[in-house]
Amino acid sequence: MAADGGDGMTGEVAVLGAGMHPWGKWGRNFVDYGVAAARAALGDAGLEWRDVASIVGADTVRGGYPGYVAGATFARALGWQGARVASVYAACASGAQAVAAARAQILAGLADVVLVVGADAAPKGFFRPAGGDRPDDPDWLRFRVLGATNPTYFGLYARRRMAVHGDTVEDFAQVKVKNSALGALNPYARYRKRVSADEVAASAVVADPLRLLDICATSDGGAALVLSSLEFARRRGVAEPVRIRAVSTVTPRYPNTVLDLPDIATDSAAAAEPAAETFRASIARAAYEEAGLGPEDLSLAEVYDLSTALELQWYEDLGLCGEGEGAKLLREGATAPGGRIPVNTSGGLASFGEAVPAQAIAQVCELTWQLRGDAGDRQVEHARVGITANQGLFGHGSAVIAVR
Amino acid sequence: MPRTHTPVVAGWFTGDGDDFTLLGTRCSACTSVFFPREDGWCRNPGCAGGDLAEIPLSRRGRVWSYTDSRYRPPSPYVTDPELPWEPHTLIAVELAAERMVVLGQAAPGVTAADLTVGAEVEVVPGVLHEDGETVWTTWQWRPTGVTA
Repeated sequence: MAADGGDGMTGEVAVLGAGMHPWGKWGRNFVDYGVAAARAALGDAGLEWRDVASIVGADTVRGGYPGYVAGATFARALGWQGARVASVYAACASGAQAVAAARAQILAGLADVVLVVGADAAPKGFFRPAGGDRPDDPDWLRFRVLGATNPTYFGLYARRRMAVHGDTVEDFAQVKVKNSALGALNPYARYRKRVSADEVAASAVVADPLRLLDICATSDGGAALVLSSLEFARRRGVAEPVRIRAVSTVTPRYPNTVLDLPDIATDSAAAAEPAAETFRASIARAAYEEAGLGPEDLSLAEVYDLSTALELQWYEDLGLCGEGEGAKLLREGATAPGGRIPVNTSGGLASFGEAVPAQAIAQVCELTWQLRGDAGDRQVEHARVGITANQGLFGHGSAVIAVR
Repeated sequence: MPRTHTPVVAGWFTGDGDDFTLLGTRCSACTSVFFPREDGWCRNPGCAGGDLAEIPLSRRGRVWSYTDSRYRPPSPYVTDPELPWEPHTLIAVELAAERMVVLGQAAPGVTAADLTVGAEVEVVPGVLHEDGETVWTTWQWRPTGVTA
């Protein structure tokens, strides 16, 4: 692989700046968080907003019309300066799509510097579908017909793992113990208190077998990245920038045989044979192929731990271990700080709670700080390669590989 | 005045008692099965497209997984806020002939403690909720007593 990205399979782009607004339940408009994150990322890059040729916003469906046109909303708030604009939505994968759009513009020569911003202001309690009677909308139907909240899907996956792989609720609790210890070290995390296994076990069951402390909260937050061409970074005197080498935004392949949010049933495999790998595994494989790297090259990974059990599933889907070996990998300490492949050094969703359009961008912020050696007490030694992974409902893959 | 019985979604199930079944559709060209039903087009990308005909789904299947909802779900799930929340159980069921997994609520009284992955369940008619004029009906999964 060409390290300069100029003549590889896919060119690389530089991450010049990363910024976040702390996650929490601040009760303000999502625009506040996005603007704060954008200013932080621009400051980190040493650039002015006027230097930005293009802005890509990751939308929120909870902010009314401004949320559906997030790119323009942030551009207006920062002060109209004529930049090219795009807004994207892909549920939890929105941030990765924003990064993908920005990268495509840079590699196509349409823009030298692109600002990527995502922010959300989350409701109290469960996420709920858009209003009105919409019996053609699977997201509306699963609430109307089944009362199937997001945590019930997490509960189904967790119970399945226990039955098929022998995972235990104690294994799940250890994911929270690990991630909360890391979140305690992250100034942007919402929950900064270490949690014990006993505290997980004492928390209320939300969706059997998962308890409150197994399930990620919904949060307010904002994250932003300043991306540029490698040539622009060189001109700015950034000799060794963090580089994005792959962005996976793949969709499932029919028949998709893993029950996914917000579906009431899987596809049928009666007439067409399913692919050998699941959708989630294909998300990571596409990223590895694009980067010319594999799981053995990774220094760290940021994965979407909507629940503790789901983090273990990601270990397997990323190829960090074999199928069914996720809990073993955790028990061995391989995914803890100092282990072979630390996972969720940011503290993960366990420590942040989910701010949907900001989350995939926040994952890349953490990779950026780790690869620059700026992660403070969370620093993974000699970090060279990191991957992020998540999945947005309605079939959105999301994975980013960054290198330095 | 007798209340009308209305399916929560039209065309997803039919029949009473032992004749109760979920309804899906099947493509006449590639035999792919769909639930919830597809009536417009076949979603198999390898299929040129055929007519979609209504078919009953298998009445029995095996538990793929299960969970419950210990907290009151938000609207549009209909609950009476005056009454304390009674958790309901959800079961994902693998249908062998259709090679698919279908989610549903468990029949009243069935808790997570009563279930194991791989146990056999059957589909039965059930009531989702009732109001002044209407009894809203749905499908539910109930263990047959046959274990994995």
